[in-house]
Amino acid sequence: MYPEDLLYTKSHEWVKVEDDRAIVGVTSYAQDQLVEVVFVELPEEGKEVKAGDTVATLESVKAVADVYAPVSGKIIEVNKQLENQPELVNQDPYGEGWILVIEIAGEEELHTLMKVSDYQSLIENELKP
Amino acid sequence: MEELRKTPLNHIHKKMGAKMIPFAGWEMPLLYETISSEHQKVRTQAGIFDLTHMGELKIYGKGCELELAKLTTNDPTKLSPGKIQYSLLCLPSGGIIDDILVYRLEDGFLLVVNAANTAKDYEWIKSHLREPVKVENLTDSLALIAIQGPDSEKIMVNIEPAVSELKYYNFLETKIQNFRAILSRTGYTGEDGFEIYIPWDEAPKTWELLGEAAKIAGLSLAPVGLGARDTLRLEMKYPLYGNDIDESITPLEANLEWVVKFNHSFIGRDALFEQKASGVKKRLVGFVALDRGIPRQGYPIFYQEKKVGVVTSGTLSPSLKKNIGMGYVPPALEKPGTVIELLIREKKVRAEITAGPFVPPRIKK
Repeated sequence: MYPEDLLYTKSHEWVKVEDDRAIVGVTSYAQDQLVEVVFVELPEEGKEVKAGDTVATLESVKAVADVYAPVSGKIIEVNKQLENQPELVNQDPYGEGWILVIEIAGEEELHTLMKVSDYQSLIENELKP
Repeated sequence: MEELRKTPLNHIHKKMGAKMIPFAGWEMPLLYETISSEHQKVRTQAGIFDLTHMGELKIYGKGCELELAKLTTNDPTKLSPGKIQYSLLCLPSGGIIDDILVYRLEDGFLLVVNAANTAKDYEWIKSHLREPVKVENLTDSLALIAIQGPDSEKIMVNIEPAVSELKYYNFLETKIQNFRAILSRTGYTGEDGFEIYIPWDEAPKTWELLGEAAKIAGLSLAPVGLGARDTLRLEMKYPLYGNDIDESITPLEANLEWVVKFNHSFIGRDALFEQKASGVKKRLVGFVALDRGIPRQGYPIFYQEKKVGVVTSGTLSPSLKKNIGMGYVPPALEKPGTVIELLIREKKVRAEITAGPFVPPRIKK
């Protein structure tokens, strides 16, 4: 459910670091909570963002959720496929359901992100009744 | 928290991989595949729903017609056996206690009520009935399965051929194999379809038989969860109790005056009669969003910078691919074409008030 080679945030984004690029999506836990994403509002490419900024919005049948930038930097790519196929966020959250790519401004921020084991304990705590 | 109740079809839903959610104290299927695909199935073919959570109350005994008439806005004395009426239970204030279906049986009435209101309705009715009229809660002994969609009749005739003669808001009592069943031509989707009341333990068998009946007809019958039930009813602008109507709302405000028959006496009549004369202060309307954003329950409605009302239901319409909703606005703004603003997460989104259902109903009259 939670790939080992990714980093995670408390707000349920995942980050895949490839050199100076961070590919960002939401975790299978997040997409499951949203049930069925019906619309994805994407940011403009080229926008500079700070870690914690809202960068995208997921509208689902049940609720609406913001996607926050896990790291600061420039948005260099957004997944335009989601405009017509928002369901990819549910169907393939770590693959075709990726949301955007940030050019990482400073590597030190990556240390604030969680490793898979920490993220898993976070989820276990959230699922406790 | 109290343990969730399970319908006799619970294991079937889980086996089919349904996502289950708590709903009105029951564990119910939200969806099996996706809400949009299930929605489309009902609009174009046929879908099958487990609605066992709905409450069933039987009212019987000498004089039950007039005793029930005291409690409902519609007039049940006008019903002959085999006929069904949409009706409302109201408080003396005119506020809606519940919206219900009233089935006229040979020996009384069957009231089908909202799951969340079953206990409340039962107590309310019981406290107002005079001997020898009685109310009995049959919710624990009856299961309810609905089949909805344009292919419903072609499937149902393989269970009971007489349904081809059955008119909208009529029912028949029959036997499926060796058990008794009530089949009614009713629904909450705007499509042709049937609702099937059977003994609790016969629900899995009935579910299976309906699947076989579809196969015989060479048609597909997809299970549909509560998610699509909500989007289907919203496209028809059917109100949902707890969202669009409740005890603080009157039938006149909710556009339900067509089921208020002032020529009989019932609880709430005086208040409603007075409101009819003085006029309502708010009215339930439907609207289509003109900008991006899905309206959701509780979002404020603005007109010329002033807050004028609130959204009670909203969704992305799977049929129209537009964001639609319902809410209350002052009657001066209810005219179709009026452009209001919805406050969706700090952003003003324009919406146009529309008349009638968002999607044309295709029920069989």
